[in-house]
Amino acid sequence: MSHKVIVPIGPYHPLQDEPEFFQLYVEGEKVVDIDIFIGYNHRGIEKLSESKHYDQVAFLVERICGICSSSHPYAYVLAVEDILGGEKNLVPERALYIRTIIDELQRIHSHLLWLGLAGHFIGYNTVWMWAWKYREPVLDMFEMITGNRNNYAMFKVGGVRRDIKDEDIPVLKKALDDLVPALDMFKGACMDDPVIQARLKGIGILTRKQAIDWCVIGPTARASGVNIDVRRDEPYGACDHINWNVIVEKDGDVFAKTVVRILEMYECVSMIRQCLDKMPKGEIDADVKEIPPGEGIGRVEAPRGECFHYIKSDGTNRPVRHKVRAPSFMNVASNKVAAVGQTISDATITLAAVDPCYCCTERVAVIKRSDNKKIMNGWDLIKLSQEKTEQLKKDIRVLGYQDLEIRGLGD
Amino acid sequence: MNIRERIKEDLGSKITYWQETNSRRIYFTIDKKDIFKTVEFMFRKLGLRFAIASGMEMATDFEILYHFSYDKTGEIYSMRVLIEDKKNPEIDSISSIFPGAEWIEREMWELLGINFKGHPNLKHLLLCEDWPEGEYPLRHKNEP
Repeated sequence: MSHKVIVPIGPYHPLQDEPEFFQLYVEGEKVVDIDIFIGYNHRGIEKLSESKHYDQVAFLVERICGICSSSHPYAYVLAVEDILGGEKNLVPERALYIRTIIDELQRIHSHLLWLGLAGHFIGYNTVWMWAWKYREPVLDMFEMITGNRNNYAMFKVGGVRRDIKDEDIPVLKKALDDLVPALDMFKGACMDDPVIQARLKGIGILTRKQAIDWCVIGPTARASGVNIDVRRDEPYGACDHINWNVIVEKDGDVFAKTVVRILEMYECVSMIRQCLDKMPKGEIDADVKEIPPGEGIGRVEAPRGECFHYIKSDGTNRPVRHKVRAPSFMNVASNKVAAVGQTISDATITLAAVDPCYCCTERVAVIKRSDNKKIMNGWDLIKLSQEKTEQLKKDIRVLGYQDLEIRGLGD
Repeated sequence: MNIRERIKEDLGSKITYWQETNSRRIYFTIDKKDIFKTVEFMFRKLGLRFAIASGMEMATDFEILYHFSYDKTGEIYSMRVLIEDKKNPEIDSISSIFPGAEWIEREMWELLGINFKGHPNLKHLLLCEDWPEGEYPLRHKNEP
């Protein structure tokens, strides 16, 4: 019997953190086809960029995404520096190291965020809570270096905007040392756990040939055996001054994508340590005054894959054309093959496995509309949740449920 | 033979302009009618990765740059195609060679109004379904 049912996931759905609309065509439990609708987040940044001068565009593209908010400005400044004769010929040595430190820190926090979400999607909420807990020290490192937890405003054409202070370096190193045991824990909790393996192995497979045909990039491609990484293929920043490995897996399933991301975090920690050790003293900005006419392409390996910026300049202070290609543009489309043929329960984690990019708010403040006064802050929220937990405990005691096992929602 | 020489030799007279802005950035121009065969050759024979295409409206024509990445050396080959007919810009779709080009062709179709002949599913990608016909956000409005 063939009876197709449409199951909509999105545009706004509890399992998605950004608006995207996946329309699944289902026969019984099996997904037979999928339609993907995007565009709910379209803000016309390319067009906006044509009306801003070169210094402003770096701030504009930073706001494309809150999670890879160093990749876009980095790719953009690389594109402009390509017109000026290349990053290596222009940017001072110290700035190259600072750029790589920021870029790799961002990869750790993005991968931890994805790992947490992936855990949440498969009902493993412990991983979710832990991953986001250990992501906090990474954001603290950002706050120490740049003053911001997200949107770091570090990149400018010709260098970086802020230096890393000498007295901060031991603190950063200590924070990195503390992160490694947490990564070991995740490695054990995800890669060696038979339950996770049973849940994630063999689902959402993207074969090597499909990965090439759909032009996917980043961890999505590397999990399918496509050995590409912009950091190695076209080194930028200090990537070619330090030792590190490209992680490649063969299977192409969700498990392989998880493994790639977990192992990549170790490489990031090692890269940042080397950068902190090797960073020379000196200038951090080349003080660029004018952008000559020409075309430039800049690309960096964002946490999700190659982030590609193309700039055409006519010699004025604004770009004539600015093309932005975020990695998810290529990766999300590949769900057309990865999710089809799965059961519907596997489809959600498959759709999430390419790590579709989204922005999130880290802190909450409730504001009264009439006078704009803050009536609740983070601490109040914590207090509120503690009170609620106490109340729940009391209720359980009253009802006599104390002997019951507490089970998660996924059971 | 390296990839640069292979492209030059195999495409031969199809290349009307060749420019190397630095050792890793190569821009060359080909004619509109050769697009399908050339992309097929670059993608299937040479194994270049399609990074993206970027369209742009110029004073007298439309320009599309197809950016191909050769990941072994980090080179980017940007293939420029000019579409002279500004009233009805049209070019062959390359989506039948590999599906990774489908979305960007849809994007250029809706934002610039370039028609891709032979595209399997030419409908709105970023803009909403009821976007007014003939309104193309990335075109410049040059009316006097």
